Amino acid sequence: MSRTIAADNLSPVQDEFYAALMQAHEGLSEPQSHALNARLVLLMANHIGALDDLRALLTTARSYADE
Amino acid sequence: MAYDYTPFPFVAPPGLSAPEPRHKVAIVGAGPIGLAMAIDLAQRGVPSVVLDDNNVVSVGSRAICWAKRTLEIFDRLGVGERMLEKGVTWKVGRNFHGHDEVYSFDLLPEDGHKYPAFINLQQYYVEQYLVERVQDFPDLIDLRFKNAVIKHEDYGDHVVLTIDTPKGNYHLEAEYYLACDGANSATRTRMGLDFTGQTFQEQFLIADIEMEQSPFGDHPVPERWFWFDPPFHPGKSALLHAQPDNIYRIDLQLDVDADGRAESDPDRVIPRIKAIVGDKPFRLDWVSVYKFRCIKLDRFVHGRVIFVGDSAHVVSPFGARGGNGGIQDVDNLGWKLAAVLDGTAPAKLIDTYHDERSHGSAENILNSSRSTNFMTPKTPIEALFRAEALKLAKDQPFARRLLNSGRLSLPCSLAGFALQTPGTAPVLPGAPLLDAPLRDGNRDTWLVAELQGRFTLVGFDAVTLPQVDGVDRVVIGGAQDGCRRFEDPTGLALGRYGAARVYLIRPDGHICAAFGPAPSAAEIAAALARAKGTTAATERAIA
Repeated sequence: MSRTIAADNLSPVQDEFYAALMQAHEGLSEPQSHALNARLVLLMANHIGALDDLRALLTTARSYADE
Repeated sequence: MAYDYTPFPFVAPPGLSAPEPRHKVAIVGAGPIGLAMAIDLAQRGVPSVVLDDNNVVSVGSRAICWAKRTLEIFDRLGVGERMLEKGVTWKVGRNFHGHDEVYSFDLLPEDGHKYPAFINLQQYYVEQYLVERVQDFPDLIDLRFKNAVIKHEDYGDHVVLTIDTPKGNYHLEAEYYLACDGANSATRTRMGLDFTGQTFQEQFLIADIEMEQSPFGDHPVPERWFWFDPPFHPGKSALLHAQPDNIYRIDLQLDVDADGRAESDPDRVIPRIKAIVGDKPFRLDWVSVYKFRCIKLDRFVHGRVIFVGDSAHVVSPFGARGGNGGIQDVDNLGWKLAAVLDGTAPAKLIDTYHDERSHGSAENILNSSRSTNFMTPKTPIEALFRAEALKLAKDQPFARRLLNSGRLSLPCSLAGFALQTPGTAPVLPGAPLLDAPLRDGNRDTWLVAELQGRFTLVGFDAVTLPQVDGVDRVVIGGAQDGCRRFEDPTGLALGRYGAARVYLIRPDGHICAAFGPAPSAAEIAAALARAKGTTAATERAIA
């Protein structure tokens, strides 16, 4: 499966983002957190929009599944 | 060889036999912060009495990572070069996941700086060098060991201290009381000040070992090595640092419910060390178990009592933001207190110490809390995100930067605070000075060393600097009568600050105003007045 190595678009705000992501999960049960992650993926997909980009992201994410 | 903790002698203070004249400044605590504070004030001609309840330097290496900005401040205090010579210089941090290296960072990838990104030097050496530097000021620094402050009372224009010594109690009066008495400040406790914040449940074991062979293997240059889930300590974190005298610092994350006392037992510690260093012989030098805390006082200034260093704020140690943050407190407060005491600035200038350093401390706490959260996931979901970030970090650059094993100490910007005049320039007002090599005739020197310590107006290349009372004038890469002059042999100074630029530098090395090539005397005087808290506008802003 082909994997895309993406440019770093997140720094220098990566720590701020990560803290906000953890905060979004605070106080949720584990099933609630997985549900939040699913919603987040769908919202981000809608935000990105372009199907080719989304397919590449899916392929890249899947490529790590067995590592 | 283990450090020789020779006790300092107790000398009966004059106050035991007769009342002492009121002191200008009483500094409570002779750790790195109290000692640096006394030296800073002495270099400005301000006398102080330093009171410490103990009579030895720091037992255990404790704070070991001293950042570039701290070393520049120590340089100004006359001990930086000695620390650099003794310390272990490093700039690269290397993160591992299990057996594999996942990410390394270079904290100072460019040349042209007198001091490196970091040195590692045991706190006992730092304190020893500072105590020896204190001896250079016999008329200005009165350092008293075994003098425990047991009570203090603020009378509005002075503070009365009650001090316990091996020869009995005495009283002492001082115009200002600087509480440099550390994370467990007795001053803070006596005043009943709230000091609650985030305490992390995880405990860390900290062990110093002395060994001839390096635990870094045959790696040639000292670095900071951090492991997520190391093979020798599964499921936890570990950190390795090199110190002088073949001493190595190992930090190991423990279970949340670990028994700290049992974990400090050498019988428990030694097998953990052997898991890392194998059969190489070593000597256990010092062990401590601690929990992280991230806390700061709401106010650093309470009337005539001012909190400096760990007494005002504590952070988790990953990021080296504790001792380094405290030395920046000293740098910020020294010139302000001296200016207030000699009447060249209003007393309110002291309040800007709180504004600026509380901001710096909040930034340190934010960074160290985030690092701690990343290193110690609290829930299965946090652990899941971290595990997947580590997986992606093998080849995704963005994910490498998410790995947070400590964001190491950098000085904060003071932009937006009342003393700075807003402006635009390659180096913005509020920023700390950037170093660069300079030449003065045949002498090689450094920009930070030449410009910090007093108010300095510095111009680069073709500039005209007006004369303003109380401001030193320096031209770099140009020339003007009446100004100190340096060449810029590498071009780095002009590259960093821009040609035809003029900056006003505060005594603590922060830029407080920036100008074009030929500012008027009135513009400089206004920026200077603002930086000293003497203009009406500033007084309103800091009221």
